[in-house]
Amino acid sequence: MLDVSTTSLVKGARASRSTIALKLLMAISGLIFIGFVLMHMYGNLKAFAGHDAFNEYAHHLRTFGEPMLPHEGLLWIIRVVLLGALIVHVYAAVMLWRRAKRARTTPYVMKKHTGAIFASRLMRWGGVTLLLFIIWHLLNFTIGKVNVQGGPTNDPYNLLVDTFDTWWLTVIYLVAMLALGAHLHHGVWSAAQTLGLTGNAKARATWKKIAFATALVISVGFSLVPIFVLAGVISK
Amino acid sequence: MLDVLNEQLNAKGEDPIAFDSDCREGICGMCGLMINGDAHGPEVTTTCQLHMRSFTDGETITIEPWRATAFPVIKDLVVDRSAFDRIIQQGGYISVNTGSAPEAHSVPVPRDDAMRAFSVATCIGCGACVAACPNGSASLFMGAKITHLGELPRGQPERDSRVVNMVAQHDHEGFGGCTNIGECTAACPKEIPLDVISQLNKDLRTALAHGH
Repeated sequence: MLDVSTTSLVKGARASRSTIALKLLMAISGLIFIGFVLMHMYGNLKAFAGHDAFNEYAHHLRTFGEPMLPHEGLLWIIRVVLLGALIVHVYAAVMLWRRAKRARTTPYVMKKHTGAIFASRLMRWGGVTLLLFIIWHLLNFTIGKVNVQGGPTNDPYNLLVDTFDTWWLTVIYLVAMLALGAHLHHGVWSAAQTLGLTGNAKARATWKKIAFATALVISVGFSLVPIFVLAGVISK
Repeated sequence: MLDVLNEQLNAKGEDPIAFDSDCREGICGMCGLMINGDAHGPEVTTTCQLHMRSFTDGETITIEPWRATAFPVIKDLVVDRSAFDRIIQQGGYISVNTGSAPEAHSVPVPRDDAMRAFSVATCIGCGACVAACPNGSASLFMGAKITHLGELPRGQPERDSRVVNMVAQHDHEGFGGCTNIGECTAACPKEIPLDVISQLNKDLRTALAHGH
């Protein structure tokens, strides 16, 4: 017979050591990202206002808060916060992923996914996709400043137009926005649930709607600029 | 159905298939099986109450045990769910003095609270939530217990330690973390809603704020 006496009761339990604490870290860091992408999207949409308005906005981001803040002070604060949030988000994801792997080592021969939306099952690999995209995106526009058309990289608006005039780059960005939309569709709802905001059927339904709306606004909002550049509406 | 199968196997002199069942009226939680990829099969009920009319004539039915590290398979379709008992041992109770029962009306319970406590107290601990969960998490089970006791006045004194200890035991047993996918509630024969996991998270967050 199976020996069950080997599994003892836990002594000196701490709330901060639990899987739920990891989920709370995941939720809070995720909400920080949402705040950031909303601001980022607002900035991107300035492309519709034309070359000067877009570049002026980019310049103002660097001088924001001067002289109280040093040059690029705000940007560096945001970068540090985002990097911290990213480390926390990925750490929590890896820990929970590993736990889930260990929690079922023998897979089912047949398993349906009744009750699950497709986006919820994409969270992990979708998250990896987004991480790879973020690395590429930073190389493209921030750290590396790659202009595949060979044009200048010191003019943010022109770099943007040159980038999205290239069809395969636009495709990469649109795929990433699909992944982001799916991630947010489940992620926003999941964060609300983790934070304990969905304690009844009505709140649950409301947060599912908020999650869908957030995903839609952000993924479509970001997709507009690449699509309109490729269509020639936004041009140099 | 499994009884019929085992009678046939017996008649042929083969070993019968081991499976759990006790009350056979859908209230004890012993009979959980993964049937055609759904915990307790395609109906919202327990395996023992599942009608054969849910299947087509001559259909091949795939039956598996619950698969979770915390529920080791003892034989064939029988799994050891004592991990649930240990989670209950860590806080799924209230402490009261023994002796004569107190006057029931001395502690008023608001109707809505009583209804919610009753509706989630229907959890029979069958383990379908764990079996259905892609992460092998027992959050729906724990949430049901936390909500059930947390809604009632008698559950308040041990509220913080209850959630912290139960979650710690849950994690120690090797159950996974919840990712709010919702397959648990779809599989639950007692239709425990996902709200209870929100309540569980809220109680843990509150305990964290109280320094536990």
